[in-house]
Amino acid sequence: MRKVGVVGAGMTLFRRRLQETPKELCYEAAKMALDQAGLTLADVDMVVSGSAPDAFEGIHMKGEYFLDGCGGYRKPYTRVFTGGGTGVFSTIAGWWHVASGLADVVLVVNEEKMSSCQPHPQSVFAHIWDPILDRPLQPNLVWIFAMEMNRYMTVYGIRKEDIARVAVKNKRNAVGHPCAQLPDPHITIEDVLNSEVMAWPVQRLDISPPSDGAAAVVIASEDAIRKRKIRDRAWISGVGWSIDSTMWTDRDLVFPEYVARAAKMAYKVAKISDPRREIDFAEPYDPFDYKELHHLEGLLLADKGQAPVLTREGVTERDGDLPVCPSGGLMGVGNPIAATLGIKVGELFWQLTGQAGERQIPHDVRTGVAQAWGDLMQYGCVVVMRA
Amino acid sequence: MTERVERWPGVELSASDLVEGKVTSTRFRPNAKYAWSAGEAMSRFLAELQEGRLVARTCDGCERILFPPRMFCELCFRPTDAWTYVRDTGTIETFSISYLDKDARRIAEPILVGVVSLDGASPRMGLMHYFGGMTKDEIRIGMRVKAVWRPPEERRGSVLDISYFRPLREAER
Amino acid sequence: MRVGIIGVGMTAFRPTTPESSWKELMFEAASRAYADAGVDPREDVGSFITCAEDYYEGFGIFDEFVPDQLGAVLRPTCTVSGDGLQGLATAFMQIQTGLLDVAVVEAHSKASDVVTLEGVLEHGLDPVWTKPLGPHAFVVAGLEADAYVRAAKVPRKALDAVIEKNRGNAILNPIAAYGARLDAGHLKAATPRFEPLRSLDVSAPADGCVVLVVASATAARRLKARPVWVRGIGWASDSPTLETRDWVGATYARLAADRAYRMARIRRPGQEVDLAEVDDRFSYKELQHLEAIRLAKPGEAGPHVARGDFALDGRLPVNASGGSLGCGNVFEATGLHRAAEVALQLRGEAGRRQVDGAKIGVAQSWRFVPTATGAVAVLGVGA
Repeated sequence: MRKVGVVGAGMTLFRRRLQETPKELCYEAAKMALDQAGLTLADVDMVVSGSAPDAFEGIHMKGEYFLDGCGGYRKPYTRVFTGGGTGVFSTIAGWWHVASGLADVVLVVNEEKMSSCQPHPQSVFAHIWDPILDRPLQPNLVWIFAMEMNRYMTVYGIRKEDIARVAVKNKRNAVGHPCAQLPDPHITIEDVLNSEVMAWPVQRLDISPPSDGAAAVVIASEDAIRKRKIRDRAWISGVGWSIDSTMWTDRDLVFPEYVARAAKMAYKVAKISDPRREIDFAEPYDPFDYKELHHLEGLLLADKGQAPVLTREGVTERDGDLPVCPSGGLMGVGNPIAATLGIKVGELFWQLTGQAGERQIPHDVRTGVAQAWGDLMQYGCVVVMRA
Repeated sequence: MTERVERWPGVELSASDLVEGKVTSTRFRPNAKYAWSAGEAMSRFLAELQEGRLVARTCDGCERILFPPRMFCELCFRPTDAWTYVRDTGTIETFSISYLDKDARRIAEPILVGVVSLDGASPRMGLMHYFGGMTKDEIRIGMRVKAVWRPPEERRGSVLDISYFRPLREAER
Repeated sequence: MRVGIIGVGMTAFRPTTPESSWKELMFEAASRAYADAGVDPREDVGSFITCAEDYYEGFGIFDEFVPDQLGAVLRPTCTVSGDGLQGLATAFMQIQTGLLDVAVVEAHSKASDVVTLEGVLEHGLDPVWTKPLGPHAFVVAGLEADAYVRAAKVPRKALDAVIEKNRGNAILNPIAAYGARLDAGHLKAATPRFEPLRSLDVSAPADGCVVLVVASATAARRLKARPVWVRGIGWASDSPTLETRDWVGATYARLAADRAYRMARIRRPGQEVDLAEVDDRFSYKELQHLEAIRLAKPGEAGPHVARGDFALDGRLPVNASGGSLGCGNVFEATGLHRAAEVALQLRGEAGRRQVDGAKIGVAQSWRFVPTATGAVAVLGVGA
């Protein structure tokens, strides 16, 4: 299989509301990624974009609309969209553009402008439900996370404190991230446990915020990297993706089987047989604090029900044996859905090339895994990267 | 982060910036309405709900009883075989106590909602619905429940033909 | 490595399909495609690709609603927000990586479920520059048609010839929704819609689903399938902004074709290509696209079609399927349908619309108003 690496990354601030238009957000992130890689748009063969519901920006086929901001003008351009999974999935799409041999340099640009949706981006989530089975009950998006969290907590006897600990870790980690929306150096477990109950067991500080933002990565073949003498690169060693049944009410939500399938696929490509030993750090998707734990188990980095132990024992702190969400995650940096590319794959790139500044993991890391989740508790995709 | 980056792009706005017109903006209300054909499986499902019944489909390939019903088995990838009824009693698989309504507005009296797996279907074949006749301190995963149906004349062929699921009484076990 | 289409499955295209949900339509097309390819999706398929847009479907994240009816539960699946040929390009690339060797591509239209189709199309217009003017989305097509017919000097009768040909071909196509024998009277009676476009210049919407099974040469041998090779494939986007795009030349199609022909080693498409399926959702697009993808010299597509050169028995049959004018506008499934038609033609399975001895065919797609995006695939059989 053709060797392919990430050679640059860029992102905008993540904020509840940004002034920039979707095209401008794309441009800023794309330009930064190209500058970081020492490349220009002329070096780019093909462009991939990733963005989640069009309803946020209020433009049908929004991928067509902002393709010029992504550098797609008169180039082969494709948008992929796998719900929340898009944050990592577009990197996989960029990977196959290069690994197929059809391109040597690909720009991947992810964007989300949730704030355009009035009165609140929440409203879009009314439209993700089955119109006959679910919508008549007027569900709120938080319900489905609450149901999954409850199942996970009840089956394994997990206490709320251990889940809240993830929120604290990530919001504190986010202090080191220049783009972070909700960094908090002082947040405590009590703060999380005392925050208002939204839909039990979910409380306000368990949830990542809606955000505007964009992120981009530049992906190149080994040949292109060598020819252009690009020094900062991290190899994409493994990719995997999977989707579970639409009928989420027929599934036991206690374990994200779709994440495990994606992980197994990626680990096989990366020739990883013992993930706990071979993976040095992880950026799982954490739209809610409990999801980090849920996904660590899906990534086979912890036994079922045991991920909270890792957090409790400090294993997943930035200076622990298995740093998890050293970026600060969605909980701390923000959740502009597809633009989380910057704090998942982007973070892997920056950590593996020693460019993570204040957030740099203090010991040597050579292999990282990024994961995103999406749809109706359905979608998992995984990328393994190596220095 | 990378020392080479001097400026992280993005100009933050507040809600009032938009409301007070401090930034130029355009507004548009999309005209996007849909009426989805329910199809064979869901049409029958809804018609049976109106009759006070819950209908499922069988798959002879994996020998499962599929609820909600579908015309194809997603595991075997073959058409399903026959209609069969399941009971309107079941078990709470998971639940939430929600202080938010559908527009994320706070409500004082919480909504109890969750997934019920139905007796007579294959394990864990579930339906999302409301729970009632119990307090937020009583609701439990594993609780045995029964559907409370609307009176026949009020049913319209909807999952709301069931008002909610209440605890199963001793006499009903 | 070589990659080919080994399975084709389509539902009939119909103005409405009230008895089926979109899921049931997809199950039907997928079942046909898998039977044709001789594959079990639960065992033999490495990737499932659907081509869809939320607003065409009416959901916030349409990706959620695809796996079960394709046999894709707990399998690698993704949604490309693109048309069916972009989905085919995705399958092509995925297989070329060596990661997997069989992929499924699906696209459908359930336009009859969209109550406000014009509202959805309008929603694709630029929110700052175009929406405030309040135009019908097809004004964009009218403007482009005006620019093209002036520049290429296309007479009305050439557009009528496209309509007559494609509606007529569709009568021979069992899946087509709008086959009809039109005569001069019908064409003359067409009412103006978006000048120069008249009512009959615009394809009517239809429901339908198309599924293709794509495989590497090795997998095709293992499955004992007869592949129709994807010899070349390309795609491109011109400016999304109306104010800065090429209004005359369908640049996106030219760029896509250049890539596809280069990959397929085709130097003189006009001579080497046996048949073409190009986007004709507005009659003028057939002519504009043919010129852009070099199957006619600039300004000559009009005279060719008027002379009958693109008829079923002509020098270069174009839209033997009946095109979108004849089959119906199936939105994102359009390009995939065209690839399916070329594949059937190259297999000799095109029934009464068979183009004899076809060995190389071109399928071309466009992502419809208001985009300037499209793809081209060159398919071939034989060595």
